[in-house]
Amino acid sequence: MKHIISALVENKPGVLAHVAGMFAARGFNIDSLVVGRTEDPKLSRMTIVVIGDDRIVEQVRKQLARIVPVVKVQDFMDKPVVARDLMLVTIAVPPEKRPELSTLIDMFRGHVVDISPKTLMVEVSGPETKMEAFLDVCKPYGIKGVARTGTIAMPRQGSGEE
Amino acid sequence: MPAKPETPASAAETMKSGAQIVVDTLIDLGVDTMFGYVGGVVLPLFDKLYDAPIRFIIPRHEQGGCHMADAYARASGKTGVILATSGPGACNLVTGLATAMMDSIPMVALTGQVRTDLIGNDAFQEADTTGITRPVTKYNSIVKDVRQLERTVREAFHIASTGRPGPVLVDLPVDVLVNKCPCNGKAELDLPGYRLRTKGHARQISMAAEAINKAEKPVLYVGGGVIIANAAEELRALAEKAHVPVTMTLLGLGSYDQRKPESLDMLGMHGSAYANYAVQESDLLIAVGARFDDRVTGKIPTFAPHAKIVHIDIDPASISKNVHVDIPVVGDAKHILTELTKEVEYRPREAWFQKIAEWKKKYPFRYDGKSANIKPQYIIEEVCRQTNNEAIIATGVGQHQMWSAQFYKFLRPRQFISSGGLGTMGFGLPAAIGAQIAKPDATVIDFDGDHSFNMTMTELATAVQHELPIKVCIFNNGYMGMVRQWQELFYGHRYSCSYLKNPNYAEVARALGAVGITVDKNADVPQAVAQMLAEKRPCVADFHVEPEENVWPMVPAGKSLSEMDGLTILESMA
Ligand SMILES: Cc1cc2nc3c(=O)[nH]c(=O)nc-3n(C[C@H](O)[C@H](O)[C@H](O)COP(=O)(O)OP(=O)(O)OC[C@H]3O[C@@H](n4cnc5c(N)ncnc54)[C@H](O)[C@@H]3O)c2cc1C
Ligand SMILES: Cc1ncc(C[n+]2csc(CCOP(=O)(O)OP(=O)(O)O)c2C)c(N)n1
Ligand SMILES: [Mg+2]
Repeated sequence: MKHIISALVENKPGVLAHVAGMFAARGFNIDSLVVGRTEDPKLSRMTIVVIGDDRIVEQVRKQLARIVPVVKVQDFMDKPVVARDLMLVTIAVPPEKRPELSTLIDMFRGHVVDISPKTLMVEVSGPETKMEAFLDVCKPYGIKGVARTGTIAMPRQGSGEE
Repeated sequence: MPAKPETPASAAETMKSGAQIVVDTLIDLGVDTMFGYVGGVVLPLFDKLYDAPIRFIIPRHEQGGCHMADAYARASGKTGVILATSGPGACNLVTGLATAMMDSIPMVALTGQVRTDLIGNDAFQEADTTGITRPVTKYNSIVKDVRQLERTVREAFHIASTGRPGPVLVDLPVDVLVNKCPCNGKAELDLPGYRLRTKGHARQISMAAEAINKAEKPVLYVGGGVIIANAAEELRALAEKAHVPVTMTLLGLGSYDQRKPESLDMLGMHGSAYANYAVQESDLLIAVGARFDDRVTGKIPTFAPHAKIVHIDIDPASISKNVHVDIPVVGDAKHILTELTKEVEYRPREAWFQKIAEWKKKYPFRYDGKSANIKPQYIIEEVCRQTNNEAIIATGVGQHQMWSAQFYKFLRPRQFISSGGLGTMGFGLPAAIGAQIAKPDATVIDFDGDHSFNMTMTELATAVQHELPIKVCIFNNGYMGMVRQWQELFYGHRYSCSYLKNPNYAEVARALGAVGITVDKNADVPQAVAQMLAEKRPCVADFHVEPEENVWPMVPAGKSLSEMDGLTILESMA
């Protein structure tokens, strides 16, 4: 089971190493880990997608909370959240096939962000399943490269955030 | 951030060097004893320590110093302090930090580091100390700006000694020690992510009390957390009021007077049969400051199969980590036990205590008293008798450690000092030194294995220099006995690499300036023990013991607690 765990951490050197080291030392599996600034310059938010049963994820949550510079930990499982990935995909596509691909890109509300004679780079964002679906439909053209941010998430307002 | 000292904001704030700030802060925090070893980048600090009112103990190896600081903490309850230089000095702390980490010991390690502008350049004696020690510390950090120094040192002591204690390391680049900044000695902690829970949840405590009042076959399973919490008195009150037997982990020994009828002594792999049977039959297990280690639980699915489990622990991550807990109570054992005692009622539990008495009668810890060779257990009993159960006992790791736990009956917390979680051979001698420094008037004895002792015996020189009257009993069986026992039982008697030729330890002791005694006859044991106890100088008594003695009972790894080997052997010695 995938859980999205969100941790507010002090914006200090070494915090990422503490968190990543804890995951490695305890054998927890990270699917993705994203760190970014927040509205408070002293805090960063880490959004970590972990795979494991409830018991393991409970340990992940507790072990994270034990790390001194980790200020707050939330498990977004079973909570209404908005979860998004951002992805850049370079697709091999000759000019004659571009109109066809454009329709697909529109359907996924993607944007073309770079064009070369043989390729298009597309930016897509959304839930993870959408990324997967987009990659599936692009596969027949030939995918040259993918860069993904990993998931970030925020609880929906009024969802009873602790 | 480059360290750019600012000009003083007010005249009241004096400009101080980083080294001065460290020393002043240590003194302000009440540090009067430190352990450590010199080196290039920590010279500014040592220069300030030269006139400081701090007793400084120099070990012969930083690992030894780290164990000394650890045992100083275990014996006194204060935070141990160790100082080492960069690179090799810091690397030599790793085993000691890991030992303290596993057993939740409050300790602060200060390490020197190369200049901030050289960090990352493979500079002379540079090591990524915070990187290397991160997994073996509760927290660590490097100070890159002298203005952060006082606060960071204060935070280190706070984190090390509160909540679930542990070692905290602060890495100090030499330029930070040299640079000056205004310092008023009043830096405040800034730890938004470090929150402590001391009081237990009232409803959880009531649920636990209700479970205790209903239980017919309850057992208190108590660990190192009771000692850390200074909650032995509260534990006694609960056990007596509710009338519940008490078993202790290796690290919990001393938290309950073992001469009392409620004591079931140690449980687990080499615990008593009566403790293990009681746990397996119990209908309620009340764990206090214990962490369900695999040496204690045996095979998890069959551990205490009929019991509801109450778990009192300050660390939420300890709860339901290994074993599912029915009633968790997170908080400080001292507070929770006090509250719990108010709500429990006395129950006679005659049938339960009757059953326990039968197990105790049938399966006490025993050894063959008729053997011609000296039995290690006999030495421990004799020392226990001659010291009236009052000594502080440090140990190495191995069979002798288990016999110490089985045959010395402890009265109070902080009497038994042993590396449980990491199981660090070589801990015993430096631990005895650290304990003796913390408790100058106590009789401190290191029950050591011949090969454990060999790992850090150079520290005898430290004991000699500081005129510490520590006693070392070497249980000299020639073997790495614990390993040999496993090879005998599980590897068809193939004693691969578990035998070493020993030096003459009494002569080694004498060469280092200590007293050395060799004992190889049963009849000489009482006299040798008396002589050792009377010595004012460090004394090593090298007992040549039965070479192939085994520790019984034994729950083989992966078996349930009730599947103990050796019970028939023990019965045959009756
Ligand atoms: C060769 C060998 C054999 C061993 N065999 C055995 C054996 O047979 N039996 C045995 O018991 N052990 C044995 N051990 C030791 C074992 O490995 C563990 O170290 C030990 O069982 C752990 O003890 P503990 O559960 O008391 O936990 P500790 O490591 O002492 O942990 C303390 C617990 O208390 C909690 N705590 C801390 N402060 C507080 C507070 N203020 N309030 C409440 N809770 C607090 C902590 O969070 C933690 O959960 C052996 C070790 C060796 C080396
Ligand atoms: C530093 C370290 N290395 C290896 C071990 C593995 N080990 C556990 S017990 C033991 C043998 C201990 O021998 P000794 O000190 O003579 O004690 P005995 O078992 O004979 O009483 C060994 C090698 C360990 N615990 N620590
Ligand atoms: Mg030995």
